[in-house]
Amino acid sequence: MTTSEAPRLTWLRICPEARLWPERGSAALLPDGGQVALFRTTDGAVHAVGNLDPCTGAAVLSRGILGDRAGRPVVISPMLKHTFDLSTGECVDDPLVAIPVYPARVVDGVIEVAVEEMSGR
Amino acid sequence: MSRHLVVIGHGMVGHRLVQALRARDAGDAWRITVLAEEDRPAYDRVALSSYVDDWDAGRLQLDGAEFSDDPRVDLRLGAPVVEIDRAARAVRTVTGHVLGYDALVLATGSAPFVPPVPGRDLPGCFTYRTIEDLDAIRAAARGHTTGVVVGGGLLGLEATNVLRGLGLRGHVIELAPRLMPLQVDEGGGALLRRTIEGMGLEVHCGVSVTEVVRHEDGLLLRLSDDTTVHTGLLVFSAGIRPRDELFRVAGLTVAERGGVLVDETCRTSDPAVWAAGECASFEGRAYGLVAPGYAMAETVADRLLGGDATFSMPDMSTKLKLLGVDVASFGDAHGVTPGALEVVHNDPVSGVYKKLVVSDDAGTLLGGVLVGDASAYGSLRPLVGRALPADPGSLIAPAGGAPALGVDALPGDAQVCSCHAVTKNAIEEAVGAGCRDIPALKGCTKAGTGCGSCVPLLKQVLVSCGVEQSKALCEHFDHSRAELFEILRVTGIRTFSALLARHGRGRGCDICKPTVASILASLGSGHVLDGEQAALQDTNDHFLANLQRNGTYSVVPRIPGGEITPEKLLVIAEVARDFALYTKITGGQRIDLFGATVDQLPLIWRRLVDAGFESGHAYGKALRTVKSCVGEAWCRYGVQDSVGLAIELELRYRGLRAPHKIKAAVSGCARECAEARSKDIGVIATENGWNLYVGGNGGFTPRHADLLVSDVDKRSLLTLIDRFLMFYVRTADRLQRTSVWVESLEGGLDHLREVIVEDSLGICGELERAMAAHVDSYADEWRGVLEDPVKLARFTSFVNAPGAPDPTITFRTERGQRVPVPLGVPEVRT
Repeated sequence: MTTSEAPRLTWLRICPEARLWPERGSAALLPDGGQVALFRTTDGAVHAVGNLDPCTGAAVLSRGILGDRAGRPVVISPMLKHTFDLSTGECVDDPLVAIPVYPARVVDGVIEVAVEEMSGR
Repeated sequence: MSRHLVVIGHGMVGHRLVQALRARDAGDAWRITVLAEEDRPAYDRVALSSYVDDWDAGRLQLDGAEFSDDPRVDLRLGAPVVEIDRAARAVRTVTGHVLGYDALVLATGSAPFVPPVPGRDLPGCFTYRTIEDLDAIRAAARGHTTGVVVGGGLLGLEATNVLRGLGLRGHVIELAPRLMPLQVDEGGGALLRRTIEGMGLEVHCGVSVTEVVRHEDGLLLRLSDDTTVHTGLLVFSAGIRPRDELFRVAGLTVAERGGVLVDETCRTSDPAVWAAGECASFEGRAYGLVAPGYAMAETVADRLLGGDATFSMPDMSTKLKLLGVDVASFGDAHGVTPGALEVVHNDPVSGVYKKLVVSDDAGTLLGGVLVGDASAYGSLRPLVGRALPADPGSLIAPAGGAPALGVDALPGDAQVCSCHAVTKNAIEEAVGAGCRDIPALKGCTKAGTGCGSCVPLLKQVLVSCGVEQSKALCEHFDHSRAELFEILRVTGIRTFSALLARHGRGRGCDICKPTVASILASLGSGHVLDGEQAALQDTNDHFLANLQRNGTYSVVPRIPGGEITPEKLLVIAEVARDFALYTKITGGQRIDLFGATVDQLPLIWRRLVDAGFESGHAYGKALRTVKSCVGEAWCRYGVQDSVGLAIELELRYRGLRAPHKIKAAVSGCARECAEARSKDIGVIATENGWNLYVGGNGGFTPRHADLLVSDVDKRSLLTLIDRFLMFYVRTADRLQRTSVWVESLEGGLDHLREVIVEDSLGICGELERAMAAHVDSYADEWRGVLEDPVKLARFTSFVNAPGAPDPTITFRTERGQRVPVPLGVPEVRT
């Protein structure tokens, strides 16, 4: 039996791109019960990060305001205003905290998010 | 083993002493017993005349006056001392209690001086010193039209203003040839007299009362110039006498002109006994101002803890507003210094008199008098005894001609704050130690917390120390909120992207986006979820509900004035039951429904809107509620319809977006059951109309609202609130409540009154039009969502699974209702 070092990714189709509001997030439910926050910024880029705010435990990051900190695209949690880098997942206020970042793309007008294949599924 | 300090007297000075000692006595060296004569704890006697604004004695009480959280201070009210036994080191109170002391502080203050006039004890004769005095004067004023005050000094004119406030036509009788003889010179006194007579008051100078007799239902006064005055009542306010009887009996050395003699350490002739305030005499003189009293209290506190503080001849400078007239005197106001020269500017037409006293070479400022316009006081007083920075005539020239004296003209040891004796050096040190703004300086040095006249100078010190008072909103805009408001208002730009492109940089953030959203809403830009605006709203404004800790929202329908029919209550109950919402009555007299998910919100609103409810804007930086007491319809004490007015105000200002939330309340009588003075806007009914208070706050830094106007009718009231709110909306900083905003205005409440009552900036018409536009364009935001499918589509929990429950949201039951299960905070570390 062989095991690949790199985790295998599965692309999940989420929703038509047009369903995302510009500069505003949406939440999506993953098959394992997890949640992803999807954002489409004004420059057309699509970002997908974990929806759970690691500082409070609430699944609310999709409802945060988008913006930038010194040029880095960020989302600011609506709960206690912790700020996360959309590209790296890093918490700008506390480098020890981070949220997962998911690869995201648009295929034929449909948003797709890649999740790691989990054993037993 | 701690020692026992007994303080006789709990006035302002006694209180200051205990506060100063407790603040510095880290090792609890002293246990303190305060024996107060009055039945109430220390209150702000300097502000006594403001008691007539609302007859609320609680407002005058000094901070911490009850020592309720300090076990080392035992305050005994109504316990005057009747005997001091210095040999036994003990005092005996009127109730017979004997208390031993290790140290004794005398702070008995003074008593009003009543001239020995026959008939001075007749009913209808009063003194002016305590809250009880004012209550008695108020009761006696009913049914009378005239009142006489004996004494044309500071306290006499204050008492005159009180009589005026009670609707009496006032006379002032002053023995000296002019009003305020101690503070102002002949020229200033003459101008003051003209101004006061212009208000309809009658001034008799250079005369005294020779006899008081009963006459009809009032009094008849015979004056020394053989004239007579009929009056309803008579108030003696002709000076004060130190309360030193007890000390004479105890064998302490008492000064010839009264007051127990103290040295520069504020110790009396008995080393275990100290004195402070008006009962003490320093170098043969007792001082009737609070600032020297405070300085004495600080000296005693320091000495009791082994310090070496000394008291020196105090600065008797004063600046005050009497009967609406600015009066200030400082330094050698009467020019008694040998060789002193006087430079006078006297303009009877505009009612301004200014005099500078300078040294014989005109090079050094010795003192001065300002009447009618005391704006130069803050910059002139610290210069006393120092070289003049400019020709003295030019310093008191009419506005426009006078060079602005900056803080840079002051030497380091000049007192910037004379109330608390804080020098420019001390302020600069505090800035160096990290104080970056006025509130920090106030907290650290106490400067600016007395009369407040030095606050503009404090700002200048900050600037001259290089503390950049950055007004940049965030990294994306260099402008303040007020500047962005003006840019948007004037340019007509109505999108964030256009504003950012022309006046900012980057993509924005959680500070500038909601700020601009709020300004756009204030400027009337349609529904908050229209177009680009939606992306600017924080989550509460985006979902028109309040985010709670588990990611659900709470819903608050508007219940104007807190008045609701049983039928509407049933609707709320049914909605709460059907959606299993936790239900709580709020402090703003409405009902909060908790635990709604994003997709439930429109369903809940539909039921509420159909029953006639609308959004309560609990989620917005906007008008929240206008709370009310039940008012005259039901209440035995009510004098006006407080509920009706509260409803009218709430419906008028509902939906108004502002820099921060706005709360209001209306009370139907002076009992103030609606707690209006803790609100941004507080309205309290009087028998003649309404009193309007502004700038109150509960919350983190509680503040009582200040009286803006008294006894106005409803129309004037609405006009003033229109102007107040719009001026606030336009000029306040982001997240600045009205309380902080009013305090931050240069000139404070007086400036605010000039702008919105007297229209000094000429903007009131525009402010009123802006409010009228808001009132006309108001629409319920919940209904706006329900009627627009595009907006409705935003209320989806999961974009790929509409209607699926959020697995992170779970509830448990507590006291019969659902509450969130606490969320685990996962450790997510890279």
